[in-house]
Amino acid sequence: MLNEADLTALAITLKLALVSTLILLVLGTPLAWWLARTRWRFKFIPEAIVALPLVLPPTVLGFYLLIALGPRGPVGGLLESLGAGPLAFTFSGLVIGSIIYSMPFVVQPLQDAFSAIGRRPMEVAATLRASPLDRFFTVALPLARPGFITASVLGFAHTIGEFGVVLMIGGNIPGETRVASIAIYDHVEGLEYAHAHWLSGALLLISFLLLLVVYGLNRRFRLVRL
Amino acid sequence: MTIEARFLIDQGGFTLDVGLEIPSHGVTSLFGPSGCGKTTLLRAIAGLEYHAGGYLRIGDSIWQDEEHFIPPHRRPLGYVFQEASLFEHLSIRGNLEYGFKRISQSTRRISLNDAIELLEVSQLLERRPATLSGGEKQRVAIARALAVSPELLLLDEPLAAVDFDRKQDIIPYLESLHRELDIPIIHVSHQPEEVSRLADHLVLLESGRVVAAGDVHEVFTRLDLPLAAGSDAASVIEAVVANHDGPYQLTVLDFPGGRITMGRIKPAVGSAVRLRLAARDVSLTLEHQSGTSILNILPVTVDELKPLGDAQVIVRLLAGTVPILACITRKSADELDLKPGKSVFAQIKGIALLT
Repeated sequence: MLNEADLTALAITLKLALVSTLILLVLGTPLAWWLARTRWRFKFIPEAIVALPLVLPPTVLGFYLLIALGPRGPVGGLLESLGAGPLAFTFSGLVIGSIIYSMPFVVQPLQDAFSAIGRRPMEVAATLRASPLDRFFTVALPLARPGFITASVLGFAHTIGEFGVVLMIGGNIPGETRVASIAIYDHVEGLEYAHAHWLSGALLLISFLLLLVVYGLNRRFRLVRL
Repeated sequence: MTIEARFLIDQGGFTLDVGLEIPSHGVTSLFGPSGCGKTTLLRAIAGLEYHAGGYLRIGDSIWQDEEHFIPPHRRPLGYVFQEASLFEHLSIRGNLEYGFKRISQSTRRISLNDAIELLEVSQLLERRPATLSGGEKQRVAIARALAVSPELLLLDEPLAAVDFDRKQDIIPYLESLHRELDIPIIHVSHQPEEVSRLADHLVLLESGRVVAAGDVHEVFTRLDLPLAAGSDAASVIEAVVANHDGPYQLTVLDFPGGRITMGRIKPAVGSAVRLRLAARDVSLTLEHQSGTSILNILPVTVDELKPLGDAQVIVRLLAGTVPILACITRKSADELDLKPGKSVFAQIKGIALLT
C-alpha cells in the first residue's frame, strides 16, 4: 500500500504539476500566439530555445538552474539581496524548473493550434467590429480549444514524470520537494520494491489516463515537434 | 458623395497602382482577371492590410491618409470574403449576432431580423456552420456582414467558392441588397455575367492598373476595352415592363432606345429590369425588314466599328442614346458599307433577363 510519506510525495507531485501547468498556460499562450503569427525571420531562434528541454538531459538543465537559483547565482543572489530566500531546494524552485522543463509540451501544441486557425477568422472578426484583444478572446481562444486541452494535459503529465531537474534543484526534502519520481528512486535504492511498485503503478495509471484524454479528444495535433 | 481611393502597393514583383473615384451609391464592380489586384485593393479599402502612402476617403470621412489609419474594426463596413469563413465555434445565430452585438444601438439601421429575412436564413439559426451547404454558408456570411449596418459593403467574389447552381440561388439575394438597402457596395469579380447583373459602375483592372472606369453600360460597350473584344461581348440595357401579352406568352418592354418584345418574364408591369443583349444575337439591315420572324427591329445609328479577328467585326450602335453591340461578319460590314453615323436597323434575335 501507499504509506503516508508516499501519499505526501504524490500530493506534492500533483500540486507541482498543477501550479506549473497553470503558470505555463498563462505565460505560454502569448508566446505561442506570437510564434504562430510573427513573420520575423529569426523566429526559429526562440522556437529552438523553447524546444531545448526536449533534447537536453534534465540533469544539465537542473544543474544550470541550481547554479542560477542558488544563493550565489544571478537569480538567487538578486532575490537574496531583496530579502527573499534562495530558490534552490524549495517548492518555488521546483516550479521554476518545471516551467522551463515542460515549456515545449505546452507552447508547441498551442502554437500549432493558433497556426491552424489562420488569419482569416481574425480578419472576419475585425470586419465585425471586434478589437484585437476582443477577437483574441472571442475567436482565437475558442478555436484553439483542442490545442489548450493537449497543452494542459501534456504539460501536466510531463511535469509528473520529471526526475532529473527535480533531483538537481529540489533536493529531496520530504513534505517540501520530495516528489513521487524521487520517492520511487529512493524505494528502489532501499530495496523496498513493494512501495516502489505501488507508487510506480499510481504514476503509470495517472499518466496513461491523461494521455487517453488527449488522444481521445483530439487526434489532429502532433504531440511533440522537434 | 463619392469614394476616393489611391493606393500604390508593391508586393515583390507585383505592383498595384490605382487612383479611383467612384460613386458612393449603387454597386461598383472591380472587374479583371485573376491576379489583377482587385482583392488586394478591396483588402486595402477594408484596412485589412496597411499600405503606407495610401489615401481613402468615404464620403466626408477620411479612413486613411498620411497621418491617419483607421483600423478595420473601427471602419463602418461590412465584408464578405470569398469563402464564407463562418466562425466554426458558434452557431449560425452566434455568427449573426457577433457583429450586431458590437455596434452601438444608435448606429443600428438594419435589425438582426431584417438581415435574417433578407437572406432567408431563419431556418438555419440553431445549426452549426459545418452542417450548412456552401450556398447557405455564403448567405449567412452576407447576413452577418449586413447585421453591422455597414455604411459600405465590400464583397470579395462572394460566389467564387459556390457551385454553379448555388450561384443562381445567391445572385437574387445580392440583387435584393442592391434594391432594398441604400448601402454602397464594392464588389470584386472576374465573371462578366455576375458583373452585368449586379454592377452599376464598373472599374476594369489589369495587372494592377485601372484600365477603365465608368457606367456599366458604357464600359461593357467600349470597343477599346477587353469586354467588347470577345465573341461573348454583350450590352446591358435597363428597361421597364410595359405590358404582358397573354395569348402569345410575351412581354413588351420600353427602354430609351425603343420598344422590345421578349418571351414572357415574371416581373409585373412597371417594374424596372436589366436585360442582356449578346452581340452575336444582333444583326443589321439597311432597310426595315418586313415578313420576318424577328420581333425586335430597332432603328439605330452606327457609332464605331472594330475588327474582331479576320472574319468578324464588332459594331457599336446607338439606339437613341443606349449603346448596343452587334457582332457581324467583315463581309457583311463591307457589303452594307457600315461607317460611323450611318442609320441602320438592328434585328435582335435573343434577349436575356438579368434581373
